[in-house]
Amino acid sequence: MSEKLRIGFIPLVDATVLLVAVDQGFAAAEGLTVELVREVSWSNVRDKLNIGLFDAAHLLSPVAIASSLGIGHVRVPLVVPFNLGINGNAITVSPRLFAMLSNAADGGLSDPKVSARALARVIGERKARGFEPLTFGMTFPFSNHNYQLRCWMAAGGVDPDEDVRLVVLPPPYMVESLASGHVDAFCVGAPWNSVAVDLGVGSILHFGCEIMTRASEKALALRESWADENPDALVALIRAMARASEFAIRADNRTSVAHIVAQRLGISHELVVRTLTGNLKTMPDGKTRKSDRYIVIGGDDANRPDPVQAAWAYAQIVRWGQAPLSDELRIKAERVFRADLYDGALGLAPSPAHGGNIGAFVGPEFDASNLDGYLSAWHRRRPQQPRLTIVR
Amino acid sequence: MSAGTRNLAATRKGSDSTGLGLLSGEQRDSALKIAIVDESAVRAAILEDGLREAGFKQVERIAETRNLLVRIYALDPDVILIDLENPSRDVLEQMFQMSRVVKRPVAMFVDQSDSASIQAAVDAGVSAYIVDGLKKERVTNILDLCISRFNAFARLQAELDHAKGALEERKIIDRAKGVLMQARKLSEEQAYALLRTTAMKENQKIVEIAQSVLTAAELLK
Repeated sequence: MSEKLRIGFIPLVDATVLLVAVDQGFAAAEGLTVELVREVSWSNVRDKLNIGLFDAAHLLSPVAIASSLGIGHVRVPLVVPFNLGINGNAITVSPRLFAMLSNAADGGLSDPKVSARALARVIGERKARGFEPLTFGMTFPFSNHNYQLRCWMAAGGVDPDEDVRLVVLPPPYMVESLASGHVDAFCVGAPWNSVAVDLGVGSILHFGCEIMTRASEKALALRESWADENPDALVALIRAMARASEFAIRADNRTSVAHIVAQRLGISHELVVRTLTGNLKTMPDGKTRKSDRYIVIGGDDANRPDPVQAAWAYAQIVRWGQAPLSDELRIKAERVFRADLYDGALGLAPSPAHGGNIGAFVGPEFDASNLDGYLSAWHRRRPQQPRLTIVR
Repeated sequence: MSAGTRNLAATRKGSDSTGLGLLSGEQRDSALKIAIVDESAVRAAILEDGLREAGFKQVERIAETRNLLVRIYALDPDVILIDLENPSRDVLEQMFQMSRVVKRPVAMFVDQSDSASIQAAVDAGVSAYIVDGLKKERVTNILDLCISRFNAFARLQAELDHAKGALEERKIIDRAKGVLMQARKLSEEQAYALLRTTAMKENQKIVEIAQSVLTAAELLK
């Protein structure tokens, strides 16, 4: 069998398994000829996947859900037979905001509860003085970047729709926007947080995993119709991805993996290693922080699509008013993450979805079967009234 | 254009019966405000010309994508055209989410019934957004024009690249001829004939042989 596939990706470290599957020959070994297409925007990736210019794509997990449910855009049912990564984002703030937060903190800023309270105080102070609201950049309306920022702010009593400006910025523009003062902080994936720290224009305040312990970040998404019509190619693709993942997480392969990723992304080898090992320089003065949960590209069931993760993403969509809450939509969302396709291709016995240690640093335990109960812990935005603001 | 004609007829009829002096479909379309977001100034100019020729009077170009949304709100366009190589496309997606600042929600010019023209647009490298409620038929010709201008631009670009390549090749061949004329005491015609016969014998392009001559000359210097 020789199948030709076109797969779109955005140059981010969480595309690692996909890049390794192609460049290290795992796809070819499964009889697949893959053309990787580097894209500049998530809208492009989504649209080219939707209309069939791509057979598969590296996609924000919440976009896979939104697209399948027809939220915010035309409805195209997608399936996720392989999860590309868990976590991987970080919140970076300007030196000025970092200093303000430090002054307002009632404890160590590395605790998101402390930093969220500090943010609320800074914002209250600025409001009282009649200053402009702070501006936060994130990458897409349907993204963990958006939800992690909002979750963190809300925990301190900040209303992300009223008290700050939340703006979408393409990842390559993030660092420049922080340096120029266009934004005061941002939440983005690797390598952009580290790039800001290296240039001395920002400090990493939190890893995404400190806000949400285990969130599906990027997925390998395909059109449901394509998956139905190309079962053999789909199995081959899942197998190639699984082999690539096994290869990519081995410490003794780190040099070759980092080489592949550095080449494809046009960044330094060292930056890729720093990201993949979760050992990040967080402050321009050289302070570092390490977490083995910072980014998980394989192992620990990270690649197995988990319907509980899909329900989690849908819960965030509902919490921030991007869609109404209904069991029908929740079930549709869960069905996007196809553990059955993953298990089938790899000859694994089916096992129940569990979500791992899914959850946030605040709020009750997540219960996918009772989203209403889970979401009632928060003041929920009414559907149809989601808001993001613009910089004047 | 059949959709446009239908549209026009319908409006005329409406205007006759009310006698309120409503704009005809054509006049109304020429009043559509169109924003072009394209980092290629040349392509944007070509597109703007095309739209103006087609009778659209309010066409604005936005080259600077910093503060894109602010520019968009200031312009308040009915149609936004954006090149797909522009990372700021994701910024536009934010417009679907807003109600505080935006005056009118903007919907993407995409639905399942129209997959052929969407595919053609994406192939050409352009995407369009229209204000909610604007009839799709009214922007069909804008999108078609966009597609053809983008494709024409791509062809021009390819021709230009090709022409540049041809010029480079001629320079290499000329220099190789010079080397041969000097080293073998040949006339220009003889030097060229030598390159050509060698190329035929070796089953290579003349420029490749010329390049080898230059490399060899460099080594023997």
